Amino acid sequence: MRLRVNGREMEVDAPPMTRLLDVLRIHCELPGTKEGCGEGECGACTVLLDGEPVCACLVPAAHAESAEVTTIEGLGGEHPLQRAFAEHGAAQCGICTPGMIMAALALPPSPTLDDVRVALAGNICRCTGYHAIYRAILRA
Amino acid sequence: MRTAAASLDLVRPRSVDDALRSIADDPSLAPIAGCTDVFVGLNAGTFAGTRFLDLWPLEELREIGIRNGAISIGALATHTAIQESPAVVSRVPILAAACREIGGAQIQNRGTLGGNVANGSPAGDTLPVLAVAEAVVVLRSATQERRIPFTSFFTGYRQTVRRPDELIVAFELPPLDQVQWFRKVGTRAAQAISKVVMAVVGGERPRVAVGSVAPTVIRCTRTEAALAGGATFDEASRIVESEVQPIDDLRSTADYRRRVCGNLLRRFGTETQR
Ligand SMILES: Cc1cc2nc3c(=O)[nH]c(=O)nc-3n(C[C@H](O)[C@H](O)[C@H](O)COP(=O)(O)OP(=O)(O)OC[C@H]3O[C@@H](n4cnc5c(N)ncnc54)[C@H](O)[C@@H]3O)c2cc1C
Ligand code: FES
Ligand code: FES
Repeated sequence: MRLRVNGREMEVDAPPMTRLLDVLRIHCELPGTKEGCGEGECGACTVLLDGEPVCACLVPAAHAESAEVTTIEGLGGEHPLQRAFAEHGAAQCGICTPGMIMAALALPPSPTLDDVRVALAGNICRCTGYHAIYRAILRA
Repeated sequence: MRTAAASLDLVRPRSVDDALRSIADDPSLAPIAGCTDVFVGLNAGTFAGTRFLDLWPLEELREIGIRNGAISIGALATHTAIQESPAVVSRVPILAAACREIGGAQIQNRGTLGGNVANGSPAGDTLPVLAVAEAVVVLRSATQERRIPFTSFFTGYRQTVRRPDELIVAFELPPLDQVQWFRKVGTRAAQAISKVVMAVVGGERPRVAVGSVAPTVIRCTRTEAALAGGATFDEASRIVESEVQPIDDLRSTADYRRRVCGNLLRRFGTETQR
């Protein structure tokens, strides 16, 4: 099947009900997207599907066909959110970080703290705590 | 994923008619929409089906519009699309409110109204709203269309009147002129399954529906009759507490749920100042 990931056309040989998470990590060799719970609860696997945050562990590969997929690798490493997470100590083990950043990408410009809380309500962090994460996003 | 993806088949229809033909030929096909329930089951290895029918690309099932005075919401409308629909927000704000409390943004972007109803969890947050709005479930097969009042749709725990060759195509909600109210009680706002979820419509024909307190969402008809007959909210609260049949489970106890039902109804009374 043909996919468009981070602006690049890719041809992968995966059954249509494969999780998009596995297509990205295994078939596309893009391991930046993480697996936490595998059941939609933690948000670690968040990617953008046609610009909207979704849990890649709950998306069949078939639904990504002819859609635009963006993963953390697509941000290139120097994105303002990536820098802000590093500068404000918003990552410890880092498992939740790619998902947090991908969810934050859907925020409007100059979001309020409330906007950030709502946008990240589906993302769980077990080590950093949310204050540093919110601070990084508000200052990015 | 515990279920091997290679063992799963996906039929990908090009239109709703095409989908209805496929499911008529093979009623063992399980429809999939946003997959936020189906993939949880597949990931856990608890979903029995191996053959699926993909509804997600069927744009005709996403439409939200007004038809003969009723608001018609396609089965594939996502919780995000429903919150963003001006027709829903102006006519049935409690439906937008229920969708806002389903999971987080990632779940709302994929989860659909049809999936929430077809999944049939007694904790489904949109169900009490559809029950008090007296919604009609539009079921279609290759040969006919049936319109089922929402309150007759569920027949037991996760049991519905949907036949294996039917799809839910839409929900129709008649105009609601009376005051409407919704409240979900869970551990936290996002990503928490309801302990109790209640929707109420006021006016001369009051309607009260509660989720998570019985095998299916229920309309509390004795409470409704008492309110219609002029009972105070204290009296009605005692009736609702006796009318619900909650159980103890890992999220909450039956006693707590009963008490919350009474308190929520009193809260409806004070917040809407009848
Ligand atoms: C992390 C997380 C949090 C959640 N939080 C909540 C919550 O707070 N409140 C809540 O109510 N739910 C919640 N859910 C459950 C779920 O998101 C909703 O029930 C959602 O609306 C399901 O829609 P879907 O399109 O993803 O359904 P799918 O998973 O695609 O399908 C669900 C079921 O419905 C059937 N189906 C789907 N569409 C049709 C149709 N048109 N006709 C016939 N059958 C159909 C499928 O065969 C399947 O059995 C949560 C799920 C997750 C993973
Ligand atoms: S791994 Fe997908 S939400 Fe946790
Ligand atoms: S940094 Fe470890 S889970 Fe968030």
